[in-house]
Amino acid sequence: MEFITQPWAWYVAGPIIALVMFLLYYFGERFGVSSNLETLCSIGGAGRFVDYFKIDWKQNSWNLIFVAGGITGGFIASQWLSPTDVVAINPQTIQDLADIGIQNAGATYLPEEIFSIETMLSLKGFLILLIAGIMVGFGARWAGGCTSGHAIVGLSNLELPSLIAVIGFFIGGLIMTWFILPLLF
Amino acid sequence: MKYIKFFLVGILFGIVMSKAEIISWYRIYEMFKFQSFHMYGIIGSAVLLGMISMFLFRKKMVKTFEGNEIHVPPKKSGLYRNLLGGILFGLGWALAGACPGPMFVLIGKGVVSILVVIFGATLGAFLYGYFKDKLPH
Repeated sequence: MEFITQPWAWYVAGPIIALVMFLLYYFGERFGVSSNLETLCSIGGAGRFVDYFKIDWKQNSWNLIFVAGGITGGFIASQWLSPTDVVAINPQTIQDLADIGIQNAGATYLPEEIFSIETMLSLKGFLILLIAGIMVGFGARWAGGCTSGHAIVGLSNLELPSLIAVIGFFIGGLIMTWFILPLLF
Repeated sequence: MKYIKFFLVGILFGIVMSKAEIISWYRIYEMFKFQSFHMYGIIGSAVLLGMISMFLFRKKMVKTFEGNEIHVPPKKSGLYRNLLGGILFGLGWALAGACPGPMFVLIGKGVVSILVVIFGATLGAFLYGYFKDKLPH
């Protein structure tokens, strides 16, 4: 049981993600999470404002079911398979985060300074969460995929557009991590 | 009933995202600081095995459970779309510490504030659709 309850190593997680992708294709569909954001727009009636969202979203319902499974899996893992919430990150990372105003890094999965209820209910905290989401959603749909569709599927399929997108992911991620995050807290 | 298999694969996805700490904001920060091999190992090994899957699909050595050939549609080409969209995505990924998959998995962990991020991401997808024709692709 300890094999399950301890944090899973990269060489366990990577192959399982590849298996998830394989199974979705084997079942006749594809692996890509961010297209669900468009489906949610369509369900919410966005097709009344923008033709782009006038799609028959029911053909994408398998993907929403997949996401519902993902939520359930997250619940199962945190309720029954994880005795601790500690994330064993690099001590240097903990120090670097303390230097930019994020304390107790790694004590739980997420920093209080971004995700606590109190932060969410402050104007600045709410805007950080909202803007982060907007950039992810806008960027993913502009690029035509996120980490699953581009980094995993696209790179596996040796696609140049995906290589460009993943380079973009890293340019954006490095700018945020090295230059913008230090100014926020 | 035909959907239950997608639900089960989703559960596996949610568990691995949680247990390998991919849903942890800190793991994403650590990755962009180049201070751990963890995330690179995960993505690298998934891609390596993914390449073998794609090869088997292309050679028709693996078909769907219904016996159909598996085609993986190519991604849309376009430097602006992929690079600029990618950069914007990366900015959000490093700030939220979560890409779309982990965002949903974090709901299962009981993180209320992630709902604001998901609302933002859905709004972002809507704004893309709205401004699509004015953007370089």
